[in-house]
Amino acid sequence: MALQSLDILRRSATPTATPQARTPVEVAKLIDVSTCIGCKACQVACSEWNDIREEVGSCVGVYDNPVDLTAQAWTVMRFAETEENGKLEWLIRKDGCMHCADPGCLKACPSPGAIIQYKNGIVDFHQENCIGCGYCVAGCPFNVPRLSPADNKAYKCSLCSDRVAVGQEPACVKTCPTGAIQFGSKEDMKEVASVRIADLKNRGYQNAGLYDPEGVGGTHVMYVLHHADKPELYSNLPKDPAISATVSLWKGLLKPLATLGIAAAGLFGFFHYITVGPNRPDEDHEETRK
Amino acid sequence: MKEQLIQRYSAPERINHWVVAVCFVLLAISGLAFFYPAFFWLTGVFGTPQLARIVHPFVGVVMFLAFARQFFRYWHHNLITPEDVKWMKSVKEVMKGNEVGDIGKYNGGQKGMFWLMCACMAVLLVSGLIAWRQYFAGYFPIPVVRLALLAHASAAVALIAGIIVHVYAALWVKGTIRAMVEGVVTHAWAKKHHPRWYREMTGKKS
Ligand code: SF4
Repeated sequence: MALQSLDILRRSATPTATPQARTPVEVAKLIDVSTCIGCKACQVACSEWNDIREEVGSCVGVYDNPVDLTAQAWTVMRFAETEENGKLEWLIRKDGCMHCADPGCLKACPSPGAIIQYKNGIVDFHQENCIGCGYCVAGCPFNVPRLSPADNKAYKCSLCSDRVAVGQEPACVKTCPTGAIQFGSKEDMKEVASVRIADLKNRGYQNAGLYDPEGVGGTHVMYVLHHADKPELYSNLPKDPAISATVSLWKGLLKPLATLGIAAAGLFGFFHYITVGPNRPDEDHEETRK
Repeated sequence: MKEQLIQRYSAPERINHWVVAVCFVLLAISGLAFFYPAFFWLTGVFGTPQLARIVHPFVGVVMFLAFARQFFRYWHHNLITPEDVKWMKSVKEVMKGNEVGDIGKYNGGQKGMFWLMCACMAVLLVSGLIAWRQYFAGYFPIPVVRLALLAHASAAVALIAGIIVHVYAALWVKGTIRAMVEGVVTHAWAKKHHPRWYREMTGKKS
């Protein structure tokens, strides 16, 4: 069951209107990459609050640990080394669901109510309705949802929808020791970002900017990047993410085309039969027709 | 007068056909449920939606294998000849119930349907394996999985429309269902719809 049952903007595989009586403010999480120190407190807080534990792995020679998002790790820090402006830069990005305004996961999902988008912008998976097909994995432009091998359900960051529903900030925000993660209304977060971006520009980061990509209608997790012109530097953050044209065709145009094709075949048969009539071998075709 | 019958399909051929047909129905029901939100309730046929998701690909593999057996049975009967082209060009006349051309075991329409089904089955198998999240999808890049999902749905729609035509043709041409149920057709049926095959089977001059 969706927690905020009157604030539902979209529900997967549900063509009719969702309950939208309330109009809560749109929220956002702002991740300031330039003040993140990569301590992973947010990873731990996420694991604690949501009570999920990824198996302890082994060191693979980089700081990334776990090395990827999993059904038990809804957020991971990704560390990238690059050279910008003649200096080595260590770019650390907290990866996880972006809570898109136009979520590809929800568009792809075939199961009614397995993915819910609240009016406050949070995109939440409701595992009790998940059938384990993995369509959300194909639908997401950020490669976020993960199927659990244990129960074949898809999992990802919920933006702590349970906490937000009772007026608290997400666990990662609460725990971040440097204030690199902030939470509030999307409007406020944009303002916070603009102050920070002006500051970064002053300090020589000419291309500092906000990552709130248009292609997915904006996101409810936004980044302040020192190199907003090159988001790929941050462990391949996509530059212009959007729901793939393949997914749009599959979930869009193909449906009316399919309906037309299948209905045409059926209707053709029906009308052919009642107009032309059955085709019988000659010997029992004695009745005369004029 | 006693009916004169010709054997058209042997028992193994009929069993083979109905295995494919039952698989098709199960796959179409669950596939349409995954494709159209309004038909999601059809997953209930399998008990729960999760079960439908689990069962669908396995039934698909069975259907493919059974269809492959049919392919090797029938492909050489389905090579397109000039006579078939003539049939296809005068399909309007055929629809009125007037036979066209000296048809062998299969007419141009049946042959076209055969190759359409072969193409659909090939696409469905490959794309279905790629999109099979539990076992295989993880080995493919996401853009490839997306293409597979689109191709799978498109081929499935083409196959469903094709099967509707296939079933309708069998209902329309009286005496056809019997060929796939009892295995036999009457001489009159064969003479009318498949004259060349009739001569081959009976050695008669028609
Ligand atoms: S980032 Fe992916 S999983 Fe998160 S809302 Fe967007 S499409 Fe869905």
